[in-house]
Amino acid sequence: MREVTKTFVLTRFDPDQDEAPRTQEYKVPVREDWKVLDAINFIKDEIDPSVSHRWSCRMAVCGSCGMMVNGEPKLTCKTALSDYGDRVEIEPLANFPIVRDLVVELEGFMDKFKSVKPWIVRAKQKAAEEGTYRQSTEELSAFKQFSMCINCMLCYSACPVVANEPEFIGPAAIALGHRYNMDSRDEGASERNQRFREEGTVFSCSYANECSEVCPKDVDPAAAVNQAKFNAVIDWAKGLVMPKGGS
Amino acid sequence: MSAIDLYRHDIIIVGGGGAGLRAAIAAAEADPSQSIALVSKVYPMRSHTVSAEGGAAAVARADDTLEMHGYDTVKGSDFLGDQHVIEYFVEEAPKELTLLEHWGLPFSRNEDGTVATRAFGGMTTKRTWYAADKIGFHMLHTLFQTSLKYDNIVRYDEHFVSKLLIANDGSCRGVAAHDIRTGEMKAIIGKAVMLTTGGGGKIFPFTTNGMIKTGDGMALAYREGVPLKDMEFVQYHPTGLPGTGILITEATRGEGGYLTNKDGERFLVERDYGVGSKAELGPRDMISRAIVQEIEAGRGLSGPYGDYVNLDLRHLGEAKIDERLPFVRLLGRTYVGVDPVKDPLPIRPVVHYMMGGVDTDIDCATQLSGLYAAGETACVSLNGANRLGSNSLTECLVFGARGARHMTQYAKSIGQIDDKALVEQAKAEADRIDQLRGRQKGGEKLSEIRRKLNEAMESGCGVYRQQDTMKACLQDVSQLRGRVADLQLTDPSRVFNTEVIAALELANMVDVAEALAASALSRKESRGAHTCKDYPHRDDQNYLYHTMCTFSPSGPVIGKKDVTLGHWEPEERKY
Ligand SMILES: Cc1cc2nc3c(=O)[nH]c(=O)nc-3n(C[C@H](O)[C@H](O)[C@H](O)COP(=O)(O)OP(=O)(O)OC[C@H]3O[C@@H](n4cnc5c(N)ncnc54)[C@H](O)[C@@H]3O)c2cc1C
Ligand code: FES
Repeated sequence: MREVTKTFVLTRFDPDQDEAPRTQEYKVPVREDWKVLDAINFIKDEIDPSVSHRWSCRMAVCGSCGMMVNGEPKLTCKTALSDYGDRVEIEPLANFPIVRDLVVELEGFMDKFKSVKPWIVRAKQKAAEEGTYRQSTEELSAFKQFSMCINCMLCYSACPVVANEPEFIGPAAIALGHRYNMDSRDEGASERNQRFREEGTVFSCSYANECSEVCPKDVDPAAAVNQAKFNAVIDWAKGLVMPKGGS
Repeated sequence: MSAIDLYRHDIIIVGGGGAGLRAAIAAAEADPSQSIALVSKVYPMRSHTVSAEGGAAAVARADDTLEMHGYDTVKGSDFLGDQHVIEYFVEEAPKELTLLEHWGLPFSRNEDGTVATRAFGGMTTKRTWYAADKIGFHMLHTLFQTSLKYDNIVRYDEHFVSKLLIANDGSCRGVAAHDIRTGEMKAIIGKAVMLTTGGGGKIFPFTTNGMIKTGDGMALAYREGVPLKDMEFVQYHPTGLPGTGILITEATRGEGGYLTNKDGERFLVERDYGVGSKAELGPRDMISRAIVQEIEAGRGLSGPYGDYVNLDLRHLGEAKIDERLPFVRLLGRTYVGVDPVKDPLPIRPVVHYMMGGVDTDIDCATQLSGLYAAGETACVSLNGANRLGSNSLTECLVFGARGARHMTQYAKSIGQIDDKALVEQAKAEADRIDQLRGRQKGGEKLSEIRRKLNEAMESGCGVYRQQDTMKACLQDVSQLRGRVADLQLTDPSRVFNTEVIAALELANMVDVAEALAASALSRKESRGAHTCKDYPHRDDQNYLYHTMCTFSPSGPVIGKKDVTLGHWEPEERKY
């Protein structure tokens, strides 16, 4: 198979030693079918084992390997190197604090994620013995797309609101909350809508649509945010009409 | 000695994949007042359960029975599965999948809104519940998201467990966990520990497994004297993409796909490979052997990553492929540049799953008091010599839950824990890792040793095995043990030092590989996935037992354990 040599410029940062992130260049013999991740792994295995990055599945489903490639957020195991010239810049995902090299801090996201109650809420849990719920194909397709998020965080890197307003819970968390709201088995929409009406959630979104453009799984978080905005308003208006827990 | 931090919980679960998350939820429900530590070397939603595509098995249809699921599993196991375990499994399976449905898993549906099932290899009827071709992803995320609602589950994300902590009375009462973010060592102490660390496919070069599947839990238990059971049985999945080893799910054949050779022949139909009328839906061990034979007979095709055969889905049509197998289409296009709607996919057998693992009883308890194991890292003896596709996700649920409930009871019977010995061990472990980090003095290169290990395993423990190559493999692996002790590591940082993690993982891989090779060498018959050219037949007279491999400083020691038979008598395995 054909090989070409490309230069990779990696962000390096070790808080034990460095005051600020710096860059380091590596020359790598690249096979024509390689993804960006293959080159980073080659650097780690064969040239500089001190390079730190996250990855696991190498099949675009575990969500670990998001990085900036020439300034754009990409899933590196899915991004073909043949689409790039002979100089490729790799940085940690934008809009997140750097832990080390290409590894970013995810703890803030994990809290946001939990705040939308991403689980089925029901007044009464059904027992296993009662069998499964019925769900029509239409009911399934109302939320299916929004359940495909792999938490790769590319959308947070692309989002102009996240960049300015770090408390914004962000596209993936909203899409997930909305996913449960749209599930015919769930009864928790009013709790989540309340959360959505708080500051730093759906109404912070400026509908830039960047999130949907970078999403490697076609989740379309921008559509979720928009629908969630609408539902949160309707839900609020209903509350005005029927103040004391009317249905 | 290094300073360490001490954390106390009632029970500790190591691993945040399907088995670990199910166990954590079961434990949280069994006793809402107990504190559960969930320790994982990656964020739980990155666990390799995420990659499962095809589905999860449980009786669902009117034309199906528990008896049939049980028999299929026993026969698939080549009669090495324990029948009391199998009976319990098939009975619990529908309940567990129903719970997942209640928790929001987006299963694909029939027209009437009931959960849809598909055909899978070695299963008599359609009993594999699916979510298009992403069951593992949805199962893992559903479990993880559901686990967030229990405040008594305390997560230690990105913490690498490098040692079990053993109390003075010899029981397991905690783990030493290296916080990858900070490089600090934590002693996490509790009354019982469950290992749910997944398989170890990465000891082989060509595998469907992700980078994190390094057999850690097996090595942790093995080093404390717990036997590894039936390690010789490694499942080769028939359909991996050449080069990367990325899996193309058996659901492709469940939905009607064909395997063809260079002449376009459906060789499973044309020649007798033992699969009978099941053809492409025969069990994995048999189909993998058939592909190797086709290739050896010169009927394969050749490509940049070696010889292969074709998986032809074209006749299913674009609509069905997009509805049922959208991920397969994406994988084909992205990783081999083939759109299965238009062209056949190149595939070849690939290391996929370990039937063997940490020996447990039906309650997931090991021989070491306080230590439990479930999921792929364990061997509760559901799968015997060959697992049926789609049984293992269900296994993670059924036994994750059972083990957690049992552990909860066990923990209640344990009084005050004397921390002293445990803390000492964690400190010693911290010192060991401190010395490893940035260790310049060694002479060996990590990636080179890993490559050597991979080569040895491929040449000795492949689809077809021989006594002489297995012997050579065992020798090579044993030699690598010494070389792993002499690694040169260049990264001195305490923060997110993935080099030191890779070194710890490599040592685990060598332990697992050595146990595997020794177990394989000891079984002088062919059964399930273990096919020995020198001993081509199953030998119930001499080998109807579980292989038990125990660690000793001078090398693995092989023993035996009885198979629990029941009302299904061993018979010739022919389809
Ligand atoms: C590509 C692929 C497709 C598959 N498809 C199917 C299918 O369709 N149906 C089916 O039934 N089965 C399928 N299988 C098999 C099945 O997915 C696995 O057997 C199962 O998911 C294993 O789950 P687990 O919880 O045991 O382990 P994993 O999901 O591998 O999780 C292991 C966990 O342990 C943690 N861990 C490991 N080591 C350490 C350590 N040292 N310290 C701390 N934490 C640690 C990891 O972080 C992770 O959280 C498939 C397997 C693969 C590879
Ligand atoms: S490595 Fe899993 S998504 Fe890229």
